[in-house]
Amino acid sequence: MVDEREPASGDPHRRGRRTAEELLPADELVQLLDADGVRHEHPRYTAEVGDDALRELYRWMNVVRAVDRESIHLQRQGQLGVYASGLGQEAAQVGSASALADADWVFPSYRELGVGMVRGVDPVRLLHLNRGTWLADHDPHEHGFAPPSIPIGTQALHAVGFALGALFDGAPIVAVTYLGDGATSEGDTHEALTFAGVMGAPVVFFVQNNQYAISVPVEEQTAAPTLAHKGVGYGIPAVRVDGNDVLGTYAVTREAVDRARAGEGPTLIEAVTYRREAHTTSDDADRYRPREEVEAAEARDPILRMARYLRANDLLDDAAEREVQDAAARLAGEVRARLYDAPHGDPRELFSHVYVDPTGHFEEQAALLERELGERGQAPR
Amino acid sequence: MSTSAPPTSEVSTLTLREAHRQGLRNALLRDERVFLLGEDIGAYGGCFAVTMGLLGEFGHERIRDTPLSEVAIAGAAIGAAMNGMRPIAELMTCNFSLLALDQIVNNAATMLHMSGGQFNVPVVFRTTAGGGRQLAAQHSHSFEPTFAHVPGIRVLAVATHEDARGVLQPALDDPDPVVLFEYPRIMTLEAECPDEPAVVDLTSAAIRRPGNDVTLVTYGVTLYTVLQAAKILEEEGVDAEVIDLRSLRPLDDATVLASVARTHRAVVVEEAWRTLGVGAEVASRITEEAFYELDAPVARIGCAEVPLPYAKQLEDAAIPQAAQIVAAAHRVLHHG
Ligand SMILES: Cc1ncc(C[n+]2csc(CCOP(=O)(O)OP(=O)(O)O)c2C)c(N)n1
Repeated sequence: MVDEREPASGDPHRRGRRTAEELLPADELVQLLDADGVRHEHPRYTAEVGDDALRELYRWMNVVRAVDRESIHLQRQGQLGVYASGLGQEAAQVGSASALADADWVFPSYRELGVGMVRGVDPVRLLHLNRGTWLADHDPHEHGFAPPSIPIGTQALHAVGFALGALFDGAPIVAVTYLGDGATSEGDTHEALTFAGVMGAPVVFFVQNNQYAISVPVEEQTAAPTLAHKGVGYGIPAVRVDGNDVLGTYAVTREAVDRARAGEGPTLIEAVTYRREAHTTSDDADRYRPREEVEAAEARDPILRMARYLRANDLLDDAAEREVQDAAARLAGEVRARLYDAPHGDPRELFSHVYVDPTGHFEEQAALLERELGERGQAPR
Repeated sequence: MSTSAPPTSEVSTLTLREAHRQGLRNALLRDERVFLLGEDIGAYGGCFAVTMGLLGEFGHERIRDTPLSEVAIAGAAIGAAMNGMRPIAELMTCNFSLLALDQIVNNAATMLHMSGGQFNVPVVFRTTAGGGRQLAAQHSHSFEPTFAHVPGIRVLAVATHEDARGVLQPALDDPDPVVLFEYPRIMTLEAECPDEPAVVDLTSAAIRRPGNDVTLVTYGVTLYTVLQAAKILEEEGVDAEVIDLRSLRPLDDATVLASVARTHRAVVVEEAWRTLGVGAEVASRITEEAFYELDAPVARIGCAEVPLPYAKQLEDAAIPQAAQIVAAAHRVLHHG
């Protein structure tokens, strides 16, 4: 950029600004664990995790996958309205979520069941959203997990605002927003990145590039070399990581979160992965992508490679594997039992959460509904 | 195309979805300046499968899948229209059209005014409204009144097969921006359609069922609920007239007022929220222009004034149902 004027010296907003060269993301994906489960060193990103933590990452990915699969079954049986699967994205979600502190906040989209579970959210409570019994039924404050955003990209701005609040309070809280590759085209996302860059907000933009936005492949979503390159335009350092590598996603997220907490501003992470299921249960992906592509993605499976790595390092044997699978199946079974035929709400709940302090006119509406329900012969439940 | 009728028959059965598709196809065939842009409208066939098959016939240049940005879809359509093209922009749902509101309201609707009459914007926006499919508060709202509030655009609620096939031609021929509302809940509804689409008048309401006892005014997806109510009333010996407003800006008062002059009673039904809705406007025009014709106050029915819930029974409770319309008709019939 040609500077037409000298920057005001000592301007706090100008501290930590980086040059274009500094901002250009590396060509290579960060990968600490390859598809064969072989561990690689990286000069900058190291996943300092002990054996127990390694097993924990593995367990989480399996548990998330089991609940994800169960959710698809529940939808097929008419128990959920619609469900957006994260099959294949377990490493991206579990790795990144495991790098956060309890006090941090997540601003998710609708595909982040895995992130929510790692944050300690009861999956049944999240799935009530898909069942239509209640909306956000989990406690966002307890878990630092905001209600999932359905309009694409809008949550990125909330994360920025939330992070600015943390800056103002001097609280060491980082806001992490989860976005899809498609979301990077939305105006809201662009504006969130602009704000975060200028204001040095403690935000991590975690983009799961799962290659598709419904039917639109990422090459038609952007002409940029990679999604990470977009960071340059916002003055935000960006990194591309193998999103099927749970250690890699953990390491890059950890570094981004640590830097944000240390006052060094936002980071854009592009986790390169693949959406192996259809966009949601109401979509037929065969219309727009070849089956072979999905099969190729299966070979890069995040769970498989972690299992290989753990086994090669004597951290997993048949008995331990069985334990993990049993625990995953048990939780999935619990989720099913608790969701199946769960009662729906009373029509009178319609007015429960529109205003904190309902106005007089509102009571009039509720009375009107009461009358109309009578007129329709809809008995109170 | 599978949807075009075999040349021998004179009528064919079409779903409303197919009728919309034929309208688009005819528009694309008629004028090469016409092109479609929107999210997932190509191989995917559109959020509600309306554009299915058009990519194969017309190619990527004219059936353009765009990046995920409503504001860019609307803004680029405006720019293309300013350069002589005839874009048809699809915004998946009217909830997501709100992201493009600046382009539609601040730009498309004001361009003629701001350019001193030098730039008109012949763009067509297609979007969807209405619930009943458990898609929750951020996919199912009815923003027809929000758009109809804005001078500078035309707003139409397209609820019948005839309108679905015939509306695009006059909409594209119109020199000003046109916003078309379509309704996912009724896309699979079938009807016999003549091979030759009817010519639709963009400015007039349509009487969908003539009657003499009470006027039921509606638009969009609730047309079918109102027709259902009219049927129930018929069984009771009440002869209801059903008016489909169709055009929400401009509003065809004349048809409504002429009807009320005969029936002396009116119920206005919409799926949008009642407060400041189209129903409110129609009711006040009746009061202004036909007060002395009325034998009872105009009754209004709308969606419960809450974000539309996802849960089935809550959604049903919020959306106008036939029994409610019948009850409202009873109230105006037995007034006083
Ligand atoms: C503002 C807005 N526009 C359109 C949609 C419809 N829609 C739902 S999901 C989706 C694709 C999102 O793709 P991406 O951001 O890549 O996330 P992914 O679904 O792959 O996780 C679209 C277009 C929406 N929800 N919100």
